[in-house]
Amino acid sequence: MSAKPTAKTVVSRPLSPFMLGQYYRFQISSFLSITHRVTGVGLALGSILLAVWVMSAAMGPLEFGQFNSFAHSPFGLFLLLGWSWALLYHLCNGIRHLVWDVGYAFDRKNVDLGGWIVVVASVVLTAAVWSAAYLIPA
Amino acid sequence: MSNNLRSPLSQARGLGSAKDGVHHWWVQRLTALALIPLSLWFVFSVARYHVADYPTMMAWIHNPYVAVGLVLYFIAVFYHSALGVQVVIEDYVGTEWLKIASIVLMKLAHFVFGAAAIFAVLKIAFGA
Repeated sequence: MSAKPTAKTVVSRPLSPFMLGQYYRFQISSFLSITHRVTGVGLALGSILLAVWVMSAAMGPLEFGQFNSFAHSPFGLFLLLGWSWALLYHLCNGIRHLVWDVGYAFDRKNVDLGGWIVVVASVVLTAAVWSAAYLIPA
Repeated sequence: MSNNLRSPLSQARGLGSAKDGVHHWWVQRLTALALIPLSLWFVFSVARYHVADYPTMMAWIHNPYVAVGLVLYFIAVFYHSALGVQVVIEDYVGTEWLKIASIVLMKLAHFVFGAAAIFAVLKIAFGA
């Protein structure tokens, strides 16, 4: 039986180059994949702010007002807009993943086409959500 | 040869199956499916109510449909988020103890904020 490699053993195997940098040509598929992760982690952090939003409302008018003064600051509105786009991007690309999971559109042409559809749809949906939020009367 | 009492077959199998198979993968898809309608509704609601004053916000969450929708959204989003961030940590944190510690802390944080968000919704909905 050959010796088990331990944590101390240095095994030098060839490694593929790191995903970022000059090593690979730009591909929409890998770019959208890492964007899915980045938006996912961003949305996890954003969920904390949304939990604080409803918590401040439950605490009372004073705390709700304090949260709102942050949310309505330029930085707060930037976070809000970024969160909404990140959510809609992650949603659209997530649907693309679910389509692959059931076995469709997983050839090279459709992977690329679906990727561009996701990019356009995320921007259009973000614009649609904010327009609808302001234009539809209460 | 091995110097312990485990059989060669047992050593080859290592730690063995964790006995949860594709459960993580499957629940990530189930919560994703639930989040399609829930998050579309939620992102629209946030865009609409982020300017709401206190009485408007209270009246909105008092609506039973809204309260149930918010509770379902927070359950699905925090569950889905914990599963997703777990995979990210597993992929990028190599040191075993740090990986386990990060996952434990991350999951506890999801429970804390999930519980707080749901409690806040219920408190308003039941008339605080």
